[in-house]
Amino acid sequence: MINSQNLEQFALKIRKHAINMTNTGGSSHIGSVLSIADILAVLYGSVMSYKADEPKWPGRDRFILSKGHAGAGVYAVLAESGFMSLDKLKTHYQDGSDLSGHVSHKGIPGVEFSTGSLGHGLPVATGMALAAKINKQQHSIYVLMSDGECDEGSNWEAALFAPHHKLDNLVVIIDRNKLQSIHSTEDTLGLEPFVDKWQAFGWNVVNIDGHDHEQLISACNSKITDKPLCVVANTTKGKGISFMENQVLWHYRSPHDEEYEAAMRELNNA
Amino acid sequence: MRDAFLDKLTELAAADKDVVLLTADLGFGVFENFESKFPGQYFNVGVAEQNMTGLAAGLALEGKKVITYSIANFPTLRCLEQIRNDGCYHDLNITIVASGGGFSYGSLGMSHHATEDIAILRALPAMSVVAPGTAWEASEAIEALVKGDGVGYLRLDKTVADENSTLLFFLGRSIRYREGADVTLLSTGGILRDTIQAAELLQELGIDAGVVSMYSIKPIDKDAIIAAANETGGIVTIEEHNIDGGLGSAVAEVCMDSGFIPKKFLRIGLDNQYSSIVGSQDYLKAHYQMDATAIVQRIKMLLE
Repeated sequence: MINSQNLEQFALKIRKHAINMTNTGGSSHIGSVLSIADILAVLYGSVMSYKADEPKWPGRDRFILSKGHAGAGVYAVLAESGFMSLDKLKTHYQDGSDLSGHVSHKGIPGVEFSTGSLGHGLPVATGMALAAKINKQQHSIYVLMSDGECDEGSNWEAALFAPHHKLDNLVVIIDRNKLQSIHSTEDTLGLEPFVDKWQAFGWNVVNIDGHDHEQLISACNSKITDKPLCVVANTTKGKGISFMENQVLWHYRSPHDEEYEAAMRELNNA
Repeated sequence: MRDAFLDKLTELAAADKDVVLLTADLGFGVFENFESKFPGQYFNVGVAEQNMTGLAAGLALEGKKVITYSIANFPTLRCLEQIRNDGCYHDLNITIVASGGGFSYGSLGMSHHATEDIAILRALPAMSVVAPGTAWEASEAIEALVKGDGVGYLRLDKTVADENSTLLFFLGRSIRYREGADVTLLSTGGILRDTIQAAELLQELGIDAGVVSMYSIKPIDKDAIIAAANETGGIVTIEEHNIDGGLGSAVAEVCMDSGFIPKKFLRIGLDNQYSSIVGSQDYLKAHYQMDATAIVQRIKMLLE
């Protein structure tokens, strides 16, 4: 477990890797990665149990990134946590690489599940949580979704299933940055009242600042018996780089030249 | 056929607690015994096929051998991307069972006619696609799929050929039920019954038709196809399925790829249409020129 000061550094490293990877690879979705960098840092730095030298250790907590387009963030946190070399991150998005733009498990120790099409992570995580209950195992399953992804009906099928089966070993964290592919979530397909929706489906819901590490840790520790946990993590897309924050453009654009220099300068001064 | 499937599945679940059956709220009066015998191995997940398939993937990632069950197109086309991304890409042990292949639910209307499932699912890498023609084949198929690796599709049919076999069952093989040198009839699914009836009618007309049940469409028995092309007067494929992409297409691919071209070749199936007409399975097969009488007429024309 990492202390709070080091958690900040951990999140900063994820952000720097993400800027470097999207710069080198010319890949998209940097805003989406920056949005979840703190969540990833807290999960891998403090909340989850795992063994980097034994990725399939049966007692490990499981993590699924359902918003697979932010896969660079997962590769970065796995490399920083010892699952693979930091050098491998340089191959992201390159010809012949297995570090695809959307997160893939093949050849990547520590990735539990490949995603990329939205609305897949929660049903699969729910199945893993059900298996843990059947097998009387104690680990938890964490799934990180985007808010825009909640447009997908498959999520709501799983959202019905998990409380019905009392899967209190399942934790959904929703990256509530309020932006999706073209416009805001509320202008596209309104999600509010968002917390009420999850509560109405039978979830234990915690509504927090998704960049506040203490709040994230506390939220992940607020499991209650017989109910799955939904953490609505209010975030800022592009968090940490001033000119990327809250800009849909950075769902697509990769930072080059002066933009890259400016982004790294901001992170180095953070 | 469904009873034979369920009997075998019950045996498999008794022998292995990791066998888990999920149904998307179908199987009224079918699964009660299974549910009471095997708590923790049966879940009615509600009318939610996408979630059912995602759940299956999650369970299979944790070592379960999962069967997803529903009828017609619901466990296949409704959740095709979950089958592809969650199941196939992750090499998981999931067996998708659809009760009601072809026009099994003929009177229920087009939504319940499963007539493109074979073509669509056999396009997926790492899938097995099985359409048994007899109760015995269905029983053997579920065992092979559950004990095997990867994602499998088992298409159960209401029509069933009343045949038995003492042969061993393997995915990627086939079973010959009739010998005949003039032409070989390759069928898949319960339409094997009509195919055998057609062969018997052809016999009366002096035409010796062999009959092979191609229960395994993927992987497919290339040797049986090449033998039919080489050693008999032609190949006729018969399937209760759209003509594009199903058994007939798979057989044609093998012939062209291998260079063993049959002297005559005919694909019998549904001719690229949806049926707005309803009726019993037998009625619709006759209507769409796939019953024994129509098969005989079309083979006579082919061989003339």
